[in-house]
Amino acid sequence: MVDALYVSDSRRVLATLIRLLGDFDAAEEALHDAFRAALEQWPREGVPANPRAWLVSTGRFKAIDAKRRGARFDAFDEDVHAKRLVVEGVAWEDGEAVEDDRLRLIFTCCHPALAPDAQVALTLREVCGLSTEEIARAFLTPAPTLAQRIVRAKAKIRDARIPYHVPAPAELPERLDAVLRVIYLVFNEGYAPSSGTAVTRHDLSGEAIRLGRLLVALLPEAEAIGLLALMLLHESRRAARTSPSGDLVLLEEQDRSQWDRALVAEGQALVERALSRPRFGVYAIQAAISAVHAEAPSAAATDWAQIVGLYDALARRDPSPVIELNRAVAVAMRDGPAAGLAIVEAILARGDLADYRQAHAARAELCRRAGRTAEARVSFERALALTRQEPERRWIEQRLRSVS
Amino acid sequence: MKYLCLVYLEDRKLHAVPDHECAASGAKLRADGMLLVAEALQPVETATTVRVRNGRLSVTDGPFAETKEQLAGFYLIEARDLNEAIQVASRIPPAREGSVEVRPVRELVP
Repeated sequence: MVDALYVSDSRRVLATLIRLLGDFDAAEEALHDAFRAALEQWPREGVPANPRAWLVSTGRFKAIDAKRRGARFDAFDEDVHAKRLVVEGVAWEDGEAVEDDRLRLIFTCCHPALAPDAQVALTLREVCGLSTEEIARAFLTPAPTLAQRIVRAKAKIRDARIPYHVPAPAELPERLDAVLRVIYLVFNEGYAPSSGTAVTRHDLSGEAIRLGRLLVALLPEAEAIGLLALMLLHESRRAARTSPSGDLVLLEEQDRSQWDRALVAEGQALVERALSRPRFGVYAIQAAISAVHAEAPSAAATDWAQIVGLYDALARRDPSPVIELNRAVAVAMRDGPAAGLAIVEAILARGDLADYRQAHAARAELCRRAGRTAEARVSFERALALTRQEPERRWIEQRLRSVS
Repeated sequence: MKYLCLVYLEDRKLHAVPDHECAASGAKLRADGMLLVAEALQPVETATTVRVRNGRLSVTDGPFAETKEQLAGFYLIEARDLNEAIQVASRIPPAREGSVEVRPVRELVP
């Protein structure tokens, strides 16, 4: 019972304790004290009517006790602190405030004043409840480095006084962007790891989707819905994306019967929901592109004209050479490899994506299809030199053999 | 809580924002109760660095940081939290020419 409650509710209790105690470390200690007390008392005295409320108030009293015992705090500090706890305690049981606490926690962990890697680490630690060791493993970072990152971030929250607030409507779009960026980064690190031997790392993607669902439940903004849709649609292809031998399988070569139809359906419904709301943006449009792929029976039968149109919409909002590159690949599917190749070569000629492996891989692939095998070989070799990821390296080598 | 907003500008941009605009925005921030004190600084060439080592005074020319931007001025502000401090910093005119570093003030331990 207590174990199950820890899994389902410990993050909510923590989020409220951080608000009540105004301190991450004190709140974590209080959380563990409260669960320890539950393990002792509940078997003896029975489970309280509202276990979560019990945990919050027990944690809060344990923290006040700890403060009183602490010799470092003089009478004045203690008095001020106790008053604050009492005053702020009034609202804590209000259901809305408690749900807001989880949102506060997300926005605080993803505050742009924290270093990007610290935002990711702190979110996984505090919002998802992953251990420092688990996060370190997932990001192939030494655990002490990661622990240090979290300690520094918490110190900055305390010393620079980063507030425990959901941003005001005027600040919301920008601050929400930062939250979405963290969630998508966690997802991508799980879906397409930047280094290492595996094609995908399921644990991180799962955490990102859980975070995305939580965010949509708490704050159903178009872009939050769009990001969740995008992640679910990518996730639906996970099984088809890797061959039995662990090799990468490109979208157009995937066995579409392996796509998870339940995830596809959920993703498609979310895309429609996102696009019907004001302020939809780059995540919703990317999800829409993914949804067009999801409903096509094969690569050839895909509505490439619609995909090119969506990339145009995306490029208007977020002009970037990477989006141009993706659009070029869609143009090649719609109008033939020569049309796409002309765009890719124009991008490369500007020097924008000179070190971007996908740009060289795309040029190589389009050259191969256009029968320009010598040029294909040169570009595959360039892509090979730039990749750091083992399954991708094997894929490029296999392609290289096909043009040799 | 007090925050010190340090304004950094490249040499060539030291006078990019006219003085009267800085004075006006400072007066506005003061009227809003957020500004405690603000000053612009003479260029870094006028700076002198003072150190005391083993009781001996050492005085040298300038700071030696090899950065393109130099400290051009400062605003000591009063803000509820970092979010409010960031809002105030965004109202400092040179923020659009250079950068503003926002640092919480540490109370000395008696």
